[in-house]
Amino acid sequence: MRSLGSISRAIYFAFRRDKTAIFFTIAFPLMFLVLFGGIFKGASTSKVDVLEVGPVPVLDSLSGDARAQVDKVLTVTRQDNLAAAQDAVRKGDAAAAVVQQGDHLSVFYSAADQVRAGTVQGVMQNLVMATAGPPKVTLSTEQVEDKSLKLIQYYTPGLLGWALAAGGTAGAAITLVGWRNKQLLRRLRLAPVNTSTILTARVLVSLGIGLAQMAIFILVASIPYFGLKLTGAWWMAIPLVIAGTFAFLSIGLVIGTFAKTEDSAQGLVQLIVLPMAFLSGSFFPLDGAPGWLQAVSKAMPLRYLVDSMRDVMVRGKDAASALPTIGGLLLVAIVLSLLAGKLFRWDDV
Amino acid sequence: MVDFDAALQRAPARHPQPPGGPAAQQPEPPGAPAARPSPAPAGPAAIVVRDVRKQYGEVHAVDGVSFEVQAGEFFGILGPNGAGKTTLLEIIEGLRQADAGAVTLLGSPSWPRNHALLNRIGVQLQASSFFERLSTREQIRTFAALYGVPDRAADEMLDLVGLADKAEVRTERLSGGQVQRLSIACALVHGPDVVFLDEPTAALDPQSRRNLWDLLRDIARQGRTVVLTTHYMDEAENLCDRVAIMDHGQILELGAPATLVRGLDAPTRIAIEHGTLAQDEAHRLFPEAEVSDDGVSLTIATRAPAVVLSALADRNALRGLSVHGATLEDVFLTLTGREYRA
Repeated sequence: MRSLGSISRAIYFAFRRDKTAIFFTIAFPLMFLVLFGGIFKGASTSKVDVLEVGPVPVLDSLSGDARAQVDKVLTVTRQDNLAAAQDAVRKGDAAAAVVQQGDHLSVFYSAADQVRAGTVQGVMQNLVMATAGPPKVTLSTEQVEDKSLKLIQYYTPGLLGWALAAGGTAGAAITLVGWRNKQLLRRLRLAPVNTSTILTARVLVSLGIGLAQMAIFILVASIPYFGLKLTGAWWMAIPLVIAGTFAFLSIGLVIGTFAKTEDSAQGLVQLIVLPMAFLSGSFFPLDGAPGWLQAVSKAMPLRYLVDSMRDVMVRGKDAASALPTIGGLLLVAIVLSLLAGKLFRWDDV
Repeated sequence: MVDFDAALQRAPARHPQPPGGPAAQQPEPPGAPAARPSPAPAGPAAIVVRDVRKQYGEVHAVDGVSFEVQAGEFFGILGPNGAGKTTLLEIIEGLRQADAGAVTLLGSPSWPRNHALLNRIGVQLQASSFFERLSTREQIRTFAALYGVPDRAADEMLDLVGLADKAEVRTERLSGGQVQRLSIACALVHGPDVVFLDEPTAALDPQSRRNLWDLLRDIARQGRTVVLTTHYMDEAENLCDRVAIMDHGQILELGAPATLVRGLDAPTRIAIEHGTLAQDEAHRLFPEAEVSDDGVSLTIATRAPAVVLSALADRNALRGLSVHGATLEDVFLTLTGREYRA
């Protein structure tokens, strides 16, 4: 037991004091989370800018609920000069300019941004009809994003999966190659320590790092600015993270038996993990991808991990839905570990 | 210098030698250890190697090697690169299985690995086999824990090899000599009976080497059996009770360094300053000797140094005198040849 504790501690210190490893397993994926969370956060709440040229009673007379509904969609700014307003619309600074002369309402828009122009036209149409008297039609708008997946909901499990894959794979591969080249593996074989103790130590540290990655991701994504909302069986992500770490460690072990130097191990890890992350929907959905790409993605262990983590963390599926994935990941871990065991060399001869 | 003696007393080998065994030998003063007699074979040998063979493809890395190392003996294995030293050491340590033959280490076979035996041997490898990014103290405590040795004893061992003031320093920042000291400390932390040292002074400056020799002598003085591989003949002559000279997987010669040197029957080289004695006269005086003059020194290679020296003294021609006997290096080069091997 003391052997296990002391080797685990040594591996943990080596990780904690390695700025590169910390960066690539925690800081780098977290940067992506902050970046994606920040960039796309605005997209769902952005309003349409409208220039009000002179008094427009249709807008000005609104009050109460009607006013609030319009404010949800439009940002109205006053502008006195019609020519200047039209110029602003032409340049894309505003979606439309609105002018009312008596009972006639004019909407000036640009063909370059028909979506926003359409929004303004639709709202104005409604307002005109509303002022025309009964039967009154009330305007109601709702963001579709509230009902389905917000982007942070999509990215948190996806990027967490990528981080786990990078950390687990690199951890096993680089420890194995580094220790072999330094003859540390040979030195440990000359101490009364079992190979299983060394492996267990590496697994324990990687599990700790994986769960820490998960905790950090969830905490950061949950701050109100990003607004992650976890669903019922989110805790099922814990066994998923554990099973995933086993699978990625085993991939790393296989890489470690091939690679000659720590640098080449690092390169091989990136060569495998980054394409796998893309093909597993860590960064963007694969729904629109061609059929063959989707077929390739079905061979990626990370894809199943990311899917299941999304299911239980943000899509509200039940805990049992993650069980097949956990089983599959453990199977991958067993098969690849056996392969690594066959290929294993404890020194370079 | 650290007082190794006092410190080592606190960490003796687990199985001290019985009185009268090799451990009871009086330590020699530095400078004369080559004259130490080989320890008499008393009690069971620490290492028995019987006709060990190991082949890699067509290469006979170890080709029928047999020898015994007595408990408490300081044993050296010398040989050029690729002679099979490392493979032989690995087989003795139990890292590799021999194709044929057997190794008995402290009374039990060294293959397959067994933890009881591993607890009684200490190994220092050529590379600095340390965990990444640990401090010196963390490093030795980690190794100590593998053997169930408490932290306090690990710290004492650090003190013993003179690294107490480097305890907080990461091992990556230690000097070459400090790395070797730590490496040896890690090999000794559990008080092993047999210690294997693979080229411990490679790439060290002369001061660090001599400093390390003192440490190695003190280790041997505690009754531990030490097996050392080295490229440095002066190191083997200074430290080892017996040496085995190895090449092409075989042991070419085995014995005390002084015995091997004497067996070579090489001439003694007497040199005096150029101009002290004319070369012609030297030829005439010592017809059986080989005389040469390179313009700096006149060198007389003779098998009768006493006669030559007294004749030179009679003529008062001893200015700049130096006398060189054969060394282990001469034995080594005679046995393994002088051609360069990559």
